[in-house]
Amino acid sequence: MRKLFREFSEKEVKPIAADIDEEERFPVETVEKMKAIGMMGIPFESRYGGSDGDNLSYILAVEELSKVCGTTGVILSAHTSLGCNPIYTYGNEEQKEKYLVPLARGEKLGAFGLTEPNAGTDAAMQQTVAIREGDYYRINGSKIFITNGGYADTYIVFAMTDKSKGNRGISAFILEKGMDGFSIGKTEHKLGIKGSSTTELIFKDVMVPKENLLGAEGKGFMIAMSTLDGGRIGIAAQALGIAQGSLDETIKYVKERKQFGKPIAAFQNTQFTIADLQTKIDAARLLVYRAAYLKDTNQSYSTEAAMAKLFASEVAMETTTKAIQLHGGYGYTRDYPVERMFRDAKITEIYEGTSEVQKMVIASKILR
Amino acid sequence: MNILVLLKQVPDTTEMKIDKETGTLIRAGVPTITNPDDLAGLEAALRLKDSMGAKVTCITMGPPQAKNMMRELYAMGADEAIVLSDMKFSGADTWATSNTLAALIRTLEFDLIIAGRQAIDGDTAQVGPQTAEKLGLPQITYVDDIIAVKEGKIIVKKALESTYEIVEAPLPCVITTLSTLASPRYMHVKGISHAFERDIKIMTFDDIQIDQSIIGLKGSPTKVKKTFTKEVHKNSDILHLDGKAAARKVFDIMVDFKFIGK
Repeated sequence: MRKLFREFSEKEVKPIAADIDEEERFPVETVEKMKAIGMMGIPFESRYGGSDGDNLSYILAVEELSKVCGTTGVILSAHTSLGCNPIYTYGNEEQKEKYLVPLARGEKLGAFGLTEPNAGTDAAMQQTVAIREGDYYRINGSKIFITNGGYADTYIVFAMTDKSKGNRGISAFILEKGMDGFSIGKTEHKLGIKGSSTTELIFKDVMVPKENLLGAEGKGFMIAMSTLDGGRIGIAAQALGIAQGSLDETIKYVKERKQFGKPIAAFQNTQFTIADLQTKIDAARLLVYRAAYLKDTNQSYSTEAAMAKLFASEVAMETTTKAIQLHGGYGYTRDYPVERMFRDAKITEIYEGTSEVQKMVIASKILR
Repeated sequence: MNILVLLKQVPDTTEMKIDKETGTLIRAGVPTITNPDDLAGLEAALRLKDSMGAKVTCITMGPPQAKNMMRELYAMGADEAIVLSDMKFSGADTWATSNTLAALIRTLEFDLIIAGRQAIDGDTAQVGPQTAEKLGLPQITYVDDIIAVKEGKIIVKKALESTYEIVEAPLPCVITTLSTLASPRYMHVKGISHAFERDIKIMTFDDIQIDQSIIGLKGSPTKVKKTFTKEVHKNSDILHLDGKAAARKVFDIMVDFKFIGK
């Protein structure tokens, strides 16, 4: 699997990575190519349109893509972990047939709408409301920072069905692009992952058929939290890929760059820095693979996923920062990819739960 | 239609180094790849499968590790994989290799055999043609494009040094492919997921009818004396002659160096 993903990333993704960043362009052509080789539904069974792989294989895909392009890594991660996985885990057979099959085949792209202007880390503060009216739910409200927002076809959207119940009053729905009253709002201009489409979603009297309720009414918060547990492994893999990618570029650079008559790789500072970074990246890799393995073997993985994301994203920040330092002035320019990787790394400490949220998850398990 | 594709697992020569002491290739730690010309051959076969339906059987001779290559070929879309593997086959030159391949192929049903033009580790370009010869089949080498397969015939574009020939041959026949014919497709993720469940047939000496004296190292007339990188000599003579005199001169030089007999 890794061989395929590496070859694909090198040949199809790396050559356009700098351009899609510069142009803030969503790489639709790459999504088409990933679809052609079965990358859009790696961990799902072929009866649901998937590729009969496992989570570890999917994680390898995100890692290899992110080594050369963080944008492409998160497109796959958000699609698979956040778009497909809730339907795979909580959908009924009709929903899987109707929505998961085209998603896993890559005919459709998935997204996930939980975050709102006033409901970030405090996700229970949902202001989007769904009111049951006959065979429909009337949804009103909005979401922000939705990855794949502008290009997705199928959205998992969370809304309050019963405010009095707090967390237990939140429900999950499957929405489709083009539903009356459902529109895409502002597209964000970001520091990094600039080719990824991050948008606002606006719901104005969207009438969603009751068949599109995912899981039972009131189960939305649980669905959201468990989906994010899985999503975190994807983001951890993205961070891992960015870290390794920036270190690989640095290793190449320090062997070529000469100062004081020798390659800067000959200096102990370079050697020690690279030794430290590769050791940390390998440690992150083991944490990420462990979380994926636990998920694959149906063991609980929530804490381990949080650890993987916390550590891998911090390693990504540290590695990309030092990668630029070892590149010197050149690293600060867009002539070298480490500048982009540095900007891409930052988001991995923020989305799908900030580092602080990961610590809350980990501590709550340990101190229970 | 049954298509047999002959492939070889080769060391990635871009990462190859030569041992200066012994003059042999250092194979330890060098990754192996599927020979590029052979992959183009497989791609050509898979395209025929896509367009007109075919069963694509991949055949290789080599150590048991060749199974890994076969798994990748399954993931690309191959239908069957056969590895000829036996200590008795090892050390074979092109002549002994083609004897072995031909012995296996005689037991199989086929309409078309596709081999890569040459392998990047030996660059002999002999195994495909020799196999065709031993099977008594027509052959077209250096195929750069398959134009059509119909009515029991194959029509191809054959590359010459500076031009092309359009050549037709009756099936069954052997063609050898250039890597420029087609760039190989990626493996499919689902193909990889299932590649490890697929059967890879290992054929040993006992499985094929062949005389032991024409296989393996003992059956190989080629004896490698030395492997070395050609040294480039700067001292050369430049003569200004008309065409006829130049041809005569070149002929004489070749005789002097015993490249040709007088």
